[in-house]
Amino acid sequence: MTDMNTSTTLLGLLGTGPSYGYDLKQDYDRLFGSKRALAYGQVYATLARLVKAGYILLLGGEAGAGPDRKRYEITPQGRTHLETWMFTPDVPSEALQSNLFAKTVIALLLDDDAERLLDLQRRQHMARMRELTKEKQAGEIGTVLLCDHALFHIEADLRWIELTAARLGELRTAVTA
Amino acid sequence: MSDATNRRTPVLATRDLQKSFGLTEALRGVDLAISPGEVVAVMGPSGSGKSTLLHCLAGVLTPDQGEVTFDGQVISALPERDRSRLRLKAFGFVFQFGQLLPDLSALDNVTIPLLLGGTKRAPALKQAAEWLDRFGLADKGDKLPTQLSGGEAQRVAVARALVTHPAVLFADEPTGSLDSLAGEQVLAAMLGEVREGGTTVILVTHDPRTAAYADREVIVRDGRLSPGYRGADQGADA
Repeated sequence: MTDMNTSTTLLGLLGTGPSYGYDLKQDYDRLFGSKRALAYGQVYATLARLVKAGYILLLGGEAGAGPDRKRYEITPQGRTHLETWMFTPDVPSEALQSNLFAKTVIALLLDDDAERLLDLQRRQHMARMRELTKEKQAGEIGTVLLCDHALFHIEADLRWIELTAARLGELRTAVTA
Repeated sequence: MSDATNRRTPVLATRDLQKSFGLTEALRGVDLAISPGEVVAVMGPSGSGKSTLLHCLAGVLTPDQGEVTFDGQVISALPERDRSRLRLKAFGFVFQFGQLLPDLSALDNVTIPLLLGGTKRAPALKQAAEWLDRFGLADKGDKLPTQLSGGEAQRVAVARALVTHPAVLFADEPTGSLDSLAGEQVLAAMLGEVREGGTTVILVTHDPRTAAYADREVIVRDGRLSPGYRGADQGADA
């Protein structure tokens, strides 16, 4: 599950305040969905699961900007789940980026510590690089080259983390506009 | 000092280290503790203050506020003459490039710190030759720096830094001017020797692959240690 976690990302959007399914889809597509817009069906199915898990509440009542009348609010339990997601670094892998990007954007929207989650991820990456470097130093040429391959991929992630950390202010302005 | 019972006592530590150059605050309160024998990578973007931190740790620069202790002694308050003596006796240095004296052979370059420390010429030459041998340069002793490859010249520089058995080796982008393979060979040779000898290493680098040779890394950003990295024992092998 290193790919972007749609369910927790929607929960994160609700972390900024109560909202409607329609508005959540619009926000999601604007922030994350340029290449993979969410289907309404997926949004409502996900929201139903989040309600069932106790992470959000259905408020109901007044109409929003869209056609639906169901309004959702995050619960304290949902907020705890969200915090845990944001500040638990992922296992380094080639497909990690989109989940990390989602965490970073949600942290900025919630005015939480985006720099810290990037640091935690960096530590996780560096720890893995140290393991690979140790393995490499003790290994035959085949092991050395395989470790090098993995090291270069993790290094690419780290460069992305570095660049993102340096551009957090810019990203904050863009997502909170 | 590298006695197992003393491993928790830092060999090098800073408390609230601050240093400005004019209006630029290079260091804005750095607390760091380094255990004997540890290899610590200091990382961070250009201009983050990592070289200033290294120079303060090595007693080259004196901080505006806060202090640096080496082996329990506050060195940031010592007069330059004493700090200079300490650097010669207890510290070794490796830089990115341009550090070998161009008119001296590889062997003579390595003897310099020994001669400055009062060793006689014959034993100094013998020890220097042994160090060149350890770095696979036994047949390069009579070469001038210009006759050496980049990787060879850098290994001579490392041999020169270690010939006096310093307690702490300061390495500022030691592989920055080398290609990947030559850089790795220099690092592997350098760290093999320091780990055997229990030397503490402060390795300044912006390169994660270089930093991965260290026991842990600290990140300097805007003159401070990055929050996820604050504290002395953020876990070498976490």
